[in-house]
Amino acid sequence: MGFNIYDFSGMTHNMHLWFLERMSPTATTIVEWTIIGVSYMLFVALFGLFLVYAERKVCAAFQQRLGPMRVGYWGLLQTIADFIKLLMKELIMPKSADKFLYNLAPFIVMIATFLAMAVLPFAKGLQTLDFDIGIFYVTAVSSVGVIGILLAGWSSNNKYSLIGAMRSGAQILSYELSVSLSLVTIIILAGSMQLSVIVESQRDSWFLFKGHIPSLIAFVIFLVAGTAETNRGPFDLAEAESELTAGFHTEYSGIKFAFFFLAEYINMFIVAAMATTVFLGGWMPLHFGSFESFNVVMDFIPPLVWFFMKVMGVIFLIMWFKWTFPRLRVDQILTLEWKYLLPINLINILLMSLVVLTKFHL
Amino acid sequence: MNALFQYISTIFKGVGSLLTGMKITGKYVFTPWNNVTQQYPENRDTLKMFDRFRGEVIMPHSESNEHLCTGCGICELNCPNGSIEIISKMELTEEGKKKRAIDQHIYHLGMCTFCNLCIKACPTGAIVMGQNFEHAVWDRSKLTKVLNLPGSKIAQGVKE
Repeated sequence: MGFNIYDFSGMTHNMHLWFLERMSPTATTIVEWTIIGVSYMLFVALFGLFLVYAERKVCAAFQQRLGPMRVGYWGLLQTIADFIKLLMKELIMPKSADKFLYNLAPFIVMIATFLAMAVLPFAKGLQTLDFDIGIFYVTAVSSVGVIGILLAGWSSNNKYSLIGAMRSGAQILSYELSVSLSLVTIIILAGSMQLSVIVESQRDSWFLFKGHIPSLIAFVIFLVAGTAETNRGPFDLAEAESELTAGFHTEYSGIKFAFFFLAEYINMFIVAAMATTVFLGGWMPLHFGSFESFNVVMDFIPPLVWFFMKVMGVIFLIMWFKWTFPRLRVDQILTLEWKYLLPINLINILLMSLVVLTKFHL
Repeated sequence: MNALFQYISTIFKGVGSLLTGMKITGKYVFTPWNNVTQQYPENRDTLKMFDRFRGEVIMPHSESNEHLCTGCGICELNCPNGSIEIISKMELTEEGKKKRAIDQHIYHLGMCTFCNLCIKACPTGAIVMGQNFEHAVWDRSKLTKVLNLPGSKIAQGVKE
């Protein structure tokens, strides 16, 4: 099938032909859908578990601890053991909960996560959907998750859950604006919303460097707003343990709780992957204008490795925020968004437009 | 204009203070050899507790089985939860005078909160905090200890 670590498009094309030779086009489509779906599910489960482990280790390092050390070498099997424990837990439902919505909510959150992941370009030719409105699609779909959170809080029939869900709703709706506007800044620079085009046009230099200061400001705003949108870090007041026990997922147990938990971590991955794709050149290697030998060495590293290196870097930054900053109050969160991030963002778009109009970018 | 200047300065101040915090935690994360976690049962042989660690109250004795306790009972008075009981006795000195001495310094480890008040109050420095922390026993009565060793006596020249 011609496996090439630097370009997967040949491999996927050959696979498609191989299936077409043996079965009808309808069956081929179904088989391909199944393969893609299963691989996404495997990726979510395994990478989610890995992220939980990484978070515990990174958190421990920030607090001068060691983290899990007992289960497996350096605690590597700890999250797997936790997951098995969660699978075996009883599913408890509050007596007066809205049964249908209560059961539906975790799936909505999970579906939003899967939908948003569909357009991420992992490597060359390793992208499931390549819309010409890719960025727009991601911002639209990732905000579906908040419906699941609101439903979870509402249907649990618990005041803490409802307060958590409402906080989360207010927060996600406001920060959605900042995420979109900071992405618009880059769309102006790139001239396209298609993710593959955006990655391709960062071949020579990443947008973070290409767009000078406006790009940098947009990157910082994207990180802050993205962290807020995943209900993480200093913006985790939707599930503030000290006030609301666990916020919207207080009443969930077992695998339904695991769905919320996994979705939160995978959402963090999606934010990091979007930051990587849009600002840090996606799976493109690091290139410096005229250092030919340096560029050749960088090209030698496979794009998949590049993508995950950058994503892990951004995830580390997000974890750094979480384990350094204290939690914001509700009014402080809204002040930060409406009084600071939004005006800065609008001015930033103006700046970026000037940069693009005067062809000041590299 | 002043308001605009203030607005911009708050942004820079806020970012600056956030970066200060990130610098501190960043220092922790990139110096993992300073981690404080002890993997206890594995490193039991090499584990050394910190000097200020309060494991239990002990009474050091010299080689000639002498301690510094005069039996004054100040530690008993200072103990907030009655973990210390002093049983004193009267002894005849060489000059034929009667003098108070310690008979049994009883220490209830099970009631102790390790507040360090007895050690601070002791006028002769007879009791100190030990470093031992492996206090688990099968029987509660084993938590009641007599700190002065049998046959021990007060060192020469210690006065109340």
